[in-house]
Amino acid sequence: MIQSFGWSSVGFLWNGLIWTVGLSLCTFVCGGIFGLIFAVGRALGPRWLQVIIAGYIQLIQATPLLILVFLAFYGLSFAGFYFPPLAAAAISLTIYSTAFLADIWRGCIEAIPATQWEAADALALSRTQRLRYVILPQAFRIALGPTVGFMVQIVKNTSVTALIGFVELTRAGQLLNNMTFQPFHVFLTVAAMYFLVCFPLSWWSERLKERKHAGAAH
Amino acid sequence: MAYEMNFAPVFARTPELVSGTIDTITLSAQSIAVGLVIGLAVALLRVDGPKWSAVFGAAYVEAFRNTPLLVQLFLLFFGLPYIGFRLSADHAAILAISLNLGAYSAEIFRAGLLAIPKTQIEAGLALGLSRLQVMRYVVIIPALRIIYPALTGQLTLTLLGTSIASAISATELTLAGAKIESQTFRSLETFLVLAAIYIGITFAFRLLYWLVGLWLFRRRTPPAGSATATLTLPREVES
Repeated sequence: MIQSFGWSSVGFLWNGLIWTVGLSLCTFVCGGIFGLIFAVGRALGPRWLQVIIAGYIQLIQATPLLILVFLAFYGLSFAGFYFPPLAAAAISLTIYSTAFLADIWRGCIEAIPATQWEAADALALSRTQRLRYVILPQAFRIALGPTVGFMVQIVKNTSVTALIGFVELTRAGQLLNNMTFQPFHVFLTVAAMYFLVCFPLSWWSERLKERKHAGAAH
Repeated sequence: MAYEMNFAPVFARTPELVSGTIDTITLSAQSIAVGLVIGLAVALLRVDGPKWSAVFGAAYVEAFRNTPLLVQLFLLFFGLPYIGFRLSADHAAILAISLNLGAYSAEIFRAGLLAIPKTQIEAGLALGLSRLQVMRYVVIIPALRIIYPALTGQLTLTLLGTSIASAISATELTLAGAKIESQTFRSLETFLVLAAIYIGITFAFRLLYWLVGLWLFRRRTPPAGSATATLTLPREVES
């Protein structure tokens, strides 16, 4: 049945947007947890662990996200693990985001000068205390801007999961396009909805980065 | 039941994988060439151009940086014919990817241009360098050196992003792989091979960027903005 693009179509896309935001949040939380563990391991762990994590980061950052999504959805299901599109999407996006967040946060941890470690050591703090009370809080401040910036990438990257049939905003746009045959209206609206989510995040990220520079000047 | 890996059906399609690899490299190279030109032009307009062009440039950058590449591809491939402008899948892919890279690289180029202080240029002129020499040795090469890591990182993301163009059936590696997958039913093997090829292409491109960097920055000039430049006075002045 051919229908025309109208308010009901916008409502349909809105439902897709909710799934996009949900998947983004899930990815950010899971990727953030693993990313933090990997970042600390990469920056401060034993040598062998550093090598393994660095290899993981290098390989994932050199693989297209789409291939990771296909591997999780088609590849693993043929190997006997069936994941529904939502699970395959969340798993592959988490694997991908972990590599990038770990790399961003490692840089932030390593940016804290060695004198801070020495000062904390001189204050008789234990190794975990040094990390917990001295290093990570300072690294967190530096990391805030780039992290929010990467959230924009996560929101945009969820669009790739449309290609395995997970009905988020882009997939909803494809379906709607098949019903209305008005691709220009449909995809412009889809783009506008992504913009609505991403632009405030980008703006916030820039503000945070500026504030960091202003702070560093003092 | 244990799954047995069998790569033979995938390797039997090596010619398709090779031509897919070449298509991906071609698509990336074309998009990178066009995208960098767009990026540089927009950056120059935003830094030096008239007010309206700066506003226009900012709108372009924000629009393309805050929407997914996949939606940009759909809009150009499915949407443009609707308003009477038809593009082939390959051309739509080049256009979308280079517009996307243009927005990102514009910001990177702009950061580089703004990183060269005006006083540096004045100092270059005062030392008797010609305008062209100042442009080359004081502005372009030091600015490029500052932004080089960010720029090559972005180019790698662009290269990997070309896989998304398979969604509009532009000829490249992921499309070739998807065809092999659907005919051999060896999904895990096919996509593992694809991942390996992409990793290979990415590392080859990184090697290339590194070599270009060595050649570009072969003169040991101090990074712009640092106060490490030492001025050797002529002997007559010293004595």
